Amino acid sequence: MRMELIQPFINAADAVFAESLQGPTKIVDLEMDEDAYRRKGVAALIAIKGDIEGRVILDLSPEVAIKVASQLAGTEIAASEQVVKETVCELANMVIGNSVTLLNDQGFHFKVFPPEVHMDETGLAGSADTEALVICIETPCGNIYLNIAMHYLHRRRQERNAIPALD
Amino acid sequence: MKQFAALLRKDNQPVRYLVVDDSVFARKNLIKMIEMFGGEVAGEAGDGLTAIAEFNRINPDIVLMDITMPQMEGIEAVERIVRQHANARVVMVSSVGYQENILAALQKGAKHFVQKPVKPEVLYEILRYVLSDDPNAVGAPVALAGEHRS
Repeated sequence: MRMELIQPFINAADAVFAESLQGPTKIVDLEMDEDAYRRKGVAALIAIKGDIEGRVILDLSPEVAIKVASQLAGTEIAASEQVVKETVCELANMVIGNSVTLLNDQGFHFKVFPPEVHMDETGLAGSADTEALVICIETPCGNIYLNIAMHYLHRRRQERNAIPALD
Repeated sequence: MKQFAALLRKDNQPVRYLVVDDSVFARKNLIKMIEMFGGEVAGEAGDGLTAIAEFNRINPDIVLMDITMPQMEGIEAVERIVRQHANARVVMVSSVGYQENILAALQKGAKHFVQKPVKPEVLYEILRYVLSDDPNAVGAPVALAGEHRS
């Protein structure tokens, strides 16, 4: 686990939630996860490929999503599946955008893929080769979870090169 | 909530904005701020292509433009708008604020850049600055309450 790659996401999430949800935030839980990720609610998965690779999952319950939507819009928003999806994507985009800014200014170059929203009942496949850090952040609208798995690309290349080729 | 003195055109009419973002929430959030600044939302668009059509239709004083959007991204839309309307004032609004992105937008003709989540006081100062760059087209905005202008 490379904390120097994870920390920008934590910092960005903290800043984005505090600013956009207009209130204090607190990391209330933090744990390592080596299994496929089990969603807590509605999840947006964003993949990153380039000098560093991995994925970030932002996950929150539909009830929290509606509260977040109302806060972002500045007015009460009626609950719907579309609102929940858009809220999760918007939050994920803001967190990733701010993190990417920090990492890019450190000299890393990579492509960020648009968020994939997962709402169905099936489990969300994790990165089988990467352990992830799961963070629960308490916000004025409720708990929001981040699951971050990130590594340097050259490490993967070295690992692949170490495996003898099959004839 | 912080109060802002209205940003007005030279003819004392509200500044007219085109808000471009594929996220409904982002648009609503910006519209809320525009209203706090005494502006008028003349149009909205959810992608770059629609933004160009809307610009041609409503000729706004300011465009607030997201970068990552479907169909056509914001930076390409800025380039096309500025090619047709050299005096267009476009402010980029994006979560992704790294230097390459900002430089690309400015090179294509954007006047300024603000990172999401947008702070009203930051956007207000940027709009004041952008609106004051061409006194022939739009009047200097009024001073903030308690602020002295020389």
